[in-house]
Amino acid sequence: MAAGAATGRDAAGFRRAGGAAAAAVAAFVLGPLAMVGLAAQGAVAGLQPGDGAALRFTLAQAAASAAASVALAVPLARALARRRFAGRAALVTLLGAPFLLPSVIAVMALLAVFGRGGAVNAALAAAGLGPMSIYGPHGVVIAHVFFNLPLATRLILQGWQAIPAERFRLAATLGFGPAEVARHLERPMLREVVPGALATIFLVCLSSFAVALILGGGPRATTLELAIYQAFRFDFDLGRAALLAALQLGLCAAALALVWAVALPAGFGAGLDRPAGRWDAGGVFLRVQDALVIAAAAAFLLGPLAAVLAAGLPHLAGLPPQVWTAALRSAAVAVAAAVLTAVLALAIATGRARGGARWAEAAGMLPIAVSPMVLGTGLFVIVFPLADPAALALAVTAAVNAALALPFALRALLPAVAEAEAGHGRLATSLGIGGLARLRLVILPRVRRPLGFATGLAAAFAAGDLGVIVLFAGGDAATLPLELFRLMGAYRMEAASGAAVLLLALAFGLFAVFDRGGRLGAAD
Amino acid sequence: MRPTPTVASIAAGLLLAGMAQAQTPVLTVYAYDSFVSEWGPGPAIRAGFEAGCGCSVNMLGMGDGAALLARLRLEGERSPADVVIGLDTNLTAAAAATGLFAPHGVTAALDLPVAWDDPLFLPYDWGLFAFVHDRTLLPAPPQGFAELADSQLRIIIQDPRSSTPGLGLLLWVKSVHGDGAGEMWRRLAPRVVTVTPGWSEAYGLFLNGEADMVLSYTTSPAYHRIAEDDDSKAYAPFREGHLMQVEVAARLARAPNPDLAQAFLAYLVGPEAQAVIPTTNWMYPAVMPDGGLPEGFGAPPAAGAALFLAPDAAAAMRDPALAEWLAALSR
Repeated sequence: MAAGAATGRDAAGFRRAGGAAAAAVAAFVLGPLAMVGLAAQGAVAGLQPGDGAALRFTLAQAAASAAASVALAVPLARALARRRFAGRAALVTLLGAPFLLPSVIAVMALLAVFGRGGAVNAALAAAGLGPMSIYGPHGVVIAHVFFNLPLATRLILQGWQAIPAERFRLAATLGFGPAEVARHLERPMLREVVPGALATIFLVCLSSFAVALILGGGPRATTLELAIYQAFRFDFDLGRAALLAALQLGLCAAALALVWAVALPAGFGAGLDRPAGRWDAGGVFLRVQDALVIAAAAAFLLGPLAAVLAAGLPHLAGLPPQVWTAALRSAAVAVAAAVLTAVLALAIATGRARGGARWAEAAGMLPIAVSPMVLGTGLFVIVFPLADPAALALAVTAAVNAALALPFALRALLPAVAEAEAGHGRLATSLGIGGLARLRLVILPRVRRPLGFATGLAAAFAAGDLGVIVLFAGGDAATLPLELFRLMGAYRMEAASGAAVLLLALAFGLFAVFDRGGRLGAAD
Repeated sequence: MRPTPTVASIAAGLLLAGMAQAQTPVLTVYAYDSFVSEWGPGPAIRAGFEAGCGCSVNMLGMGDGAALLARLRLEGERSPADVVIGLDTNLTAAAAATGLFAPHGVTAALDLPVAWDDPLFLPYDWGLFAFVHDRTLLPAPPQGFAELADSQLRIIIQDPRSSTPGLGLLLWVKSVHGDGAGEMWRRLAPRVVTVTPGWSEAYGLFLNGEADMVLSYTTSPAYHRIAEDDDSKAYAPFREGHLMQVEVAARLARAPNPDLAQAFLAYLVGPEAQAVIPTTNWMYPAVMPDGGLPEGFGAPPAAGAALFLAPDAAAAMRDPALAEWLAALSR
């Protein structure tokens, strides 16, 4: 009886910590939105005629982008899951790079390959074919697939890796071929993982702005975020900005509710954390198919990055010293954001796994659909009467990016923590392991891989962020993305391309350090 | 939550630091980001003014002109700013309506193509919107909007909802074509490769060969000539003239240091600061320096080529012009 009470207290402690973290995140997202609405001083603006079109375009491009990304990610994740080759771990990390790119660099990178003067059109011309235009609805989808295929692949690959090795062993002893493995192991896993991946990418694309406008070829590609931008800058209509931002959050909530309604837990149970051998995928046809899938994805995802490197490397050495100082500043902001994300995500995920309420998970997902413009402005409205915004620019940048990375961190951590608790929680409880010891001994060793991925994302986001720093006017304390932006604004496009290489290296380097750190010693 | 000792001690530290600085007044200047940056005019102007003012200048960069105005409106009368640099004549009507600004009180012999008597806003430089191209690739550029529309050229422009030059082009077409502006945009639409959120993306894409022409300024080729020794870039002179952008500075009505603010504005249109403007902001100075424009900068087009749109006219024009633009380019 005494042990039971202690267990109850331990679980309640985890739930309380998770609830507190979730409440803090919800306040961080909803507070600024409310403040923007209040700053409108009662002038309740309705939606404008163009807003309906913006809403429809936003939904359509996000849905198409999510569907295309996940459809392509399934074969890629399957190929990566059942193949072992030299450099595989490095390739998995490298393929994640596009998701980490600041949008300006990503657009330039894509257009260097698919643009009018890009490699694809050069090849088409050499083959005597007419030019291909990237601009239009298809361009928006291609760009969003470029961004999000890495994320979709990682989320689905984690699903594959979560299937205990013993299941594949059992499948082999039962004489399962690829079709049976797909039916009994892979499809139930996909049924669990794919809705979440679809929703995640749908939500990421909801707040797209610059990428959609440029690749969409003009104002027919107006998204809600651009309408918010217009409300702020062109009309200074705070009420309308807040209204549109609330609409974005409403879409987020609706999408999450839908996912929870359709996603089913696969229920594989716990294994012994051994690497999965694949006895079903030895056929020549499957080998060739997987090789082609991996090669095509690598070309699509890494080609534009190679273009960024080729353009910028010659100008890297000549970068002015303040750009390097800014890079150090950005690195510090990135590490702070990573730590904050890890704390928040672990708190919410362990709280949920110990019976915490679902709203905590929902609150943690909110930042994915928040308008960066509204969040930044709202935080400014809150901070300005209390402190010098410039002095807090870097701290707020870290906090905002920790929040923006949290939904991805939760997507990765929630299932992993739940598995760890489901598989080992009862044993830990019977041994009286609770509190921080439980976190250290039971949870952390089993979630190192998703935790490394999540913290890496937060670090990369923070290193590349150019939202808050502009609104908060950091004065002399410029970050690397701000210096890049300043170089471009001063006609120094070549130096800017050098700074883009530095930013790419910084964001990706930080991600790789955290991500590989998480995989060190993991069974892979 | 109680403030932790760390937070309290940091706050105390900031307070002490603030008191130590109280002996020398601090002039707070808001400007757009490219003004403040290492490559803009900000650092030289700040150092030049600090050398004689017995003060220190805290110069903060925030986005562009529209972002500056939004920031001032958010801060309202609590704004710590003394001076704002970087509004333009397409924003000054809205800016004046906020009541946040005081007369600048500076008299200067301005060399603008138009007469200037605005008591609130003091011009420090000006430019003309123009389409820029590569002369080696396009030796005979179009000489007007109709010719551009009838050509097979591909152009990149900026979105007027998020970009100052984008708004400039919108008003340029509207002031030239009036009721026919919507029709002109329908004719121009096939020429538009894409629309970018800001000037930087558009100009970068143009330099990467994504388009034949880009909306920028008549002064853009000067950067390539002077800083890169590259004479290949040129702007296309349009028969109907070029819309003028006058960039202005102003003093806040509740400026903590009103006298210093006025002295700073006087310095901004003085010979030292004006000599810095051309090769850092890449615009024409509001007061021509004694030595004239730098070698290779290129003289401004004849005064007749500059179309000036008064602030009130610009403010009245932008909403209907945006509606026409959206309708034409959304099809």
